[in-house]
Amino acid sequence: MSAKLGIAIARRLGASCVSLVFVVVAVFFITSALPGDVAQSLLGQAATPDAVTALRHNLRLDEPVLLRFANWADGLLHGDFGMSLVSHQSVMSMVHERLLHSLVLAGITTLFAVPTALLLGTFSAIFRNTVFDRCMSVLTLCVVSVPEFLVATLAVLVFAVQLHLLPALASISDIHSIGSFLAAFSMPVTTLGCVIMGQMARMTRAVMVNVLSSSWVEMAVLKGVSPTAIILRHVLPNVVAPLFNVMALSLSYLLGGVVIVESVFHYPGIASLMVDSVASRDIPLVQSCALIFCAAYLLLTTLADVVSLFSAQERSRA
Amino acid sequence: MLNRRNMMKQGTRLLVTGFCAAQPWSGAAGAAGNNTDGAGFARTGLQGAQPRTGGHVRAASTSGSLSDTLDPARQSMATDYMRGNMFYDGLVALDETLTPHPALATSIDSADFKTWRIQLRSGVCFHDGATLTSADVVYSILRHKAPELGSQVHYQAMAMRIVKTDGPLGVVIELDAPNIAFPSVLGLTNFAIIREGTTQFHKANGTGPFTCAVFQPGIRSVALRNPNFWKSGGVWVDSLELISISDDMARHNALLSGDVDIIAAVDPRLVALIRQHNIAVLESPTGTYTNLAIRQDVGPGQNPDFVQAMKLLFNREQMRSSIYLGFCRTGNDQPLPPEHRDCNTTLPQTRFDPDKARFLLKKNGFLNQNLPPLVCSPAANGSVEMAVLLQNTAQNIGLKLDVRRMPADGYWSQSWMHFPMGFGNVNPRASADMTFALSFASTAPWNESHWCNPQFDQLLALSRQEPDAIKRHALYNDMQAMIHTGSGVCIPSFITSLDGFHPRIQGLRPHQGGQLMGYNFARHIWVDEQSSRSTAEETAP
Repeated sequence: MSAKLGIAIARRLGASCVSLVFVVVAVFFITSALPGDVAQSLLGQAATPDAVTALRHNLRLDEPVLLRFANWADGLLHGDFGMSLVSHQSVMSMVHERLLHSLVLAGITTLFAVPTALLLGTFSAIFRNTVFDRCMSVLTLCVVSVPEFLVATLAVLVFAVQLHLLPALASISDIHSIGSFLAAFSMPVTTLGCVIMGQMARMTRAVMVNVLSSSWVEMAVLKGVSPTAIILRHVLPNVVAPLFNVMALSLSYLLGGVVIVESVFHYPGIASLMVDSVASRDIPLVQSCALIFCAAYLLLTTLADVVSLFSAQERSRA
Repeated sequence: MLNRRNMMKQGTRLLVTGFCAAQPWSGAAGAAGNNTDGAGFARTGLQGAQPRTGGHVRAASTSGSLSDTLDPARQSMATDYMRGNMFYDGLVALDETLTPHPALATSIDSADFKTWRIQLRSGVCFHDGATLTSADVVYSILRHKAPELGSQVHYQAMAMRIVKTDGPLGVVIELDAPNIAFPSVLGLTNFAIIREGTTQFHKANGTGPFTCAVFQPGIRSVALRNPNFWKSGGVWVDSLELISISDDMARHNALLSGDVDIIAAVDPRLVALIRQHNIAVLESPTGTYTNLAIRQDVGPGQNPDFVQAMKLLFNREQMRSSIYLGFCRTGNDQPLPPEHRDCNTTLPQTRFDPDKARFLLKKNGFLNQNLPPLVCSPAANGSVEMAVLLQNTAQNIGLKLDVRRMPADGYWSQSWMHFPMGFGNVNPRASADMTFALSFASTAPWNESHWCNPQFDQLLALSRQEPDAIKRHALYNDMQAMIHTGSGVCIPSFITSLDGFHPRIQGLRPHQGGQLMGYNFARHIWVDEQSSRSTAEETAP
């Protein structure tokens, strides 16, 4: 039984690796196909043909695309992500810092949003079709449909500009104490929380309602099991797999999809690094960022898959 | 006190040792003299207030990305220029009216305007403790010539045939051809002086008023006051953090909430709102312009009547009030703004005249024809709005114009100067000479309309050898007249730069060189916590 599970997991991981390679190749050739290159973008208005040619040669951009890709891929296999063409710093060091910031933001948002969403979803499912459920349904729908830049800008307008309670910018360098940490992160985390919480709460409710209306839950009720025990012992283990899938999708968004929130709060995360590097056609950096986003996404979805495999195994054993 | 205009007349000796002591920014004594400055700008800040040392300031600029650099050669964006001016010095500094003054050089002389002798200030130290020598200067200038560096001033550097040392504090620069306006070239931020042999720019090692404590491209930099700065009273604040917030809304919110003290590029629509919050808005009449360039070597621009008609189709008053909300000055199809000391104010103003335009276009058969599109982009400030206004006006007289809006990303390298009719945006140059040489001479690299006028080129060469300021001014006037009537560049307005700052910040003054005092606010500001101005209003002429 467990050998079968091992094979399934290995197959899943293998598929992830293949996707990763595919994404890396695709990203490289798509960025190469963008109009303009890093030499033109660096020179801007001073991009006379001679200057562009010289700089291109200096940055070794005049080599064939395939050769450049081979060089980059070779470096990658040896653990070298390459040098940024724009800043001449190692991509690793640039990504490292930004990734850390993004992980902190994503981590705090997860800690705050996941339990809240699960609780709200569960209670909505238990008290389904009551006033509470309907209110929650309307509220989550509102939160999902309002774009994050509006939430962020409104939050800044109210709490920073009008009330002067919180800083408008989430500057990492200003964080010296727990208080300043909370102040800096409260608005970005709330904004991001809004985006993922609504969706997660609704999905949780849908999954829970599905299970709660099944015949074996009815059986448990008839047997006289307490509601708390029904939820914790009988329902939760059965909804873990779909919930993990929902969470995986939401969390992978937190790493790469938060560029608007990063820009509104001037938070130096990895999403804005990627957008920046695309604008300046800094291909090694674009690729490393894409690689990280893709790896994170695959990691989370693979994790969700593994969890569902496990839970299927547990169920069949039971 | 030596008079600046007399100095210019002398020609052969533009800069004199010790001149610096009489400059407005060198201390309280100079501050009073500032009102007599040529442009007659209204002063901001409290009259007679004494600059004081200390305080921390946080400023937010607009552009910021990974390509932020501390390499003076590569700096091309506002944030970069601001950083460059904090950490480095040039041989020459340009004041509010873009007049060159000595900085690291104490004098720049030339008998024939071709061979320039530069005497350096002695005892100036780099941030790492090394003393400034002529070798540093030669290295700093010559590196711009290497094409693979990608220098923004490669073109200007190539005009210097020989750059060599002449003793430990002397430098000799020999130009290809005489140029009396050469000291202004050395005032460009890109010609900042760095230590000989520097190739890494993770930190800045200059002679400037601030040392570089933190530099993170695209995020922020922290500058600390340099205790060994060579100029006494040349810098006031203890530390200065510069961040860049490209999102307009976020930048204004940061100012309103007090997260930052100064922001560059206030949206004209928000000026009234910001002033209501007791935050000042500095209006600088800069020579920045957004222009339509009609190429004269291809397409309809080959016909001078077409160019003339397009100039007449610009409803300058409407553009002024609806696009810039009054924060601009009307342009007259020549590149020098009305405040510029060399501006030709006697030229007849081009006015909106659809009837005459229609007559000219009809005569040449341009009406109801398919014409090349007007290429515009958000990258060129206000160009999309201008193109649409122009399209509407043209429609009324039967001229079909298509507007092609390009993305800001890559506009300068991909689209600008590539189409028969396209919009550009040009920042003020350091001198009238540089404006003419870079954007209007036949061989100029940024000759947007591909205008070729040998007579203009002759006048340019003549003006570069003319020691008499009055005669030179007359030549400049003639050249502007030629651009006004002949060139395919339509300049409807000069954009007023708007910067917002809290009342605690003192010392900011309007500057013709660009936003936040020609990107050089760091040296001029000081903090006055007690200041509680009731009216936060600054006015420009």
